[in-house]
Amino acid sequence: MNILKSLLASAVVAAGLGTSASAEIKLGLDSANYEPFYSRGADGEWTGWEIEIGNALCAAMEEDCTWVPIAWDGIIPALTAKKIDAIVGSMSITEERQKTISFSDKYYNTPAALIAAKTSDITSVADLAGKNIGVQVSTTHENYVNANFADGSNVKIYQDFNEHNFDLVAGRVDAVVADSLALSPFLQSSDGSAFEVKMNFKDDAIFGIGVGAGIRKEDTDLLAKFNAAIAKIRADGTYDAISAKYFDFDIYGG
Amino acid sequence: MVWDWLPTYAARFVEGFWITVQLFSLSLTFGFLLAIPIGLVQVTGPKWLGLIARGYCTLFRGTPLLIQLWLLYYGLGSIFPHFPALRESVIWPILIAAFPYAVVAFSLSVAAYEGHVMAGAFRSVPKNELEAGRAFGMGRFTLLWRIWLPRALQNVLPTLAGEAVLTLKSVPLASTITVFGVYGVGSIVRQDTYLIYEPLLFIAFIYLCLTGILVSLFGWLERRVPSESMK
Repeated sequence: MNILKSLLASAVVAAGLGTSASAEIKLGLDSANYEPFYSRGADGEWTGWEIEIGNALCAAMEEDCTWVPIAWDGIIPALTAKKIDAIVGSMSITEERQKTISFSDKYYNTPAALIAAKTSDITSVADLAGKNIGVQVSTTHENYVNANFADGSNVKIYQDFNEHNFDLVAGRVDAVVADSLALSPFLQSSDGSAFEVKMNFKDDAIFGIGVGAGIRKEDTDLLAKFNAAIAKIRADGTYDAISAKYFDFDIYGG
Repeated sequence: MVWDWLPTYAARFVEGFWITVQLFSLSLTFGFLLAIPIGLVQVTGPKWLGLIARGYCTLFRGTPLLIQLWLLYYGLGSIFPHFPALRESVIWPILIAAFPYAVVAFSLSVAAYEGHVMAGAFRSVPKNELEAGRAFGMGRFTLLWRIWLPRALQNVLPTLAGEAVLTLKSVPLASTITVFGVYGVGSIVRQDTYLIYEPLLFIAFIYLCLTGILVSLFGWLERRVPSESMK
């Protein structure tokens, strides 16, 4: 009887410990590479600015975190189904998404860019008439392109960020609209060297206020922790130290 | 169940439906036209041509359709920058469209599966029927058109119907090369609304209807072709 009691007691203690030093936080990100924010090397390890920021946030929260790659079109369902606890994968904060999930304060904000061949005659929005524009499906960039260029131009939508770059190189599209930072490694690559940024777009109504961590609506404690952690790494210089390794300007966006 | 997105996307679904139907029917037609010679040379020879046909069937039946589709679309695309003259050529508008690549990839796949079936079908037609045809003074093409092909088809129509249904259900793969059929539109709804079940159920329902129509068409064809038991 005593043995049973002590077993029961230790089980209760173990269960108690389980909640206080809560289980590790699962951070979800797109399973496809999104440089320079996150990419998976040949060794299977994730690296990039967002990985370092995510790890710094976890350190500030004093939590253990693991990264869970998930196909982008299923990442919000994965969050609501509790397969992950937070989306730290360059997800823009939008009203539409806020109907389903909550977001932390922004941790970065970059402008959208239109890139085209250096030799292209596209220099202004008016030049886009009759041109093929490539954009990734269900992104804020697709919303912007549909709202602004759908009438005069031929919009081609892609399931994956890298696919519209392939087709830009192949010449199947004349221009691509995507995040300026995400495009920069492509522009530096040998394939992308013939292309350049022609225009930047800013539209708070469509692009939103920036990128935040996506969190389940009911997880208000975790949301508060993320916000505190973002404020902390912004204040103590961790954020700037990590960013300086990747970018030569203010990625936080003012 | 939430269905309020349906009116918003109805026009895109109609468009996607036609893309699906066109892609499927074009591929099935071209594929079958290719399957006849591919099956025939495996039976008639010459031997080297028969070997090539068999090799083709093995290669295309043995590799994933998705990979064939990507090799064709993105693989060819990666070669374009090396030939700048292509951009000025008359075929450039076709080269930059995605739909023709989907039709070619699906037709080649159909040709391989049905070519394999047709080889067996041609082989199964009794020799004496062909000899009877020749005795009537039929030429090679009359013999093929009047006796060999109809008798071969009669034996394998149900198998061809099965292959056609499998091809129909491969059409969603085309969305990976920007050909947005019913499935592609459904995945846009999924990503725009974050609903999972409703768009998927809707896509499944449309495919079920299409399969039903296809199976009845083949059933109608089979009834029109007299079978052994009705002799």
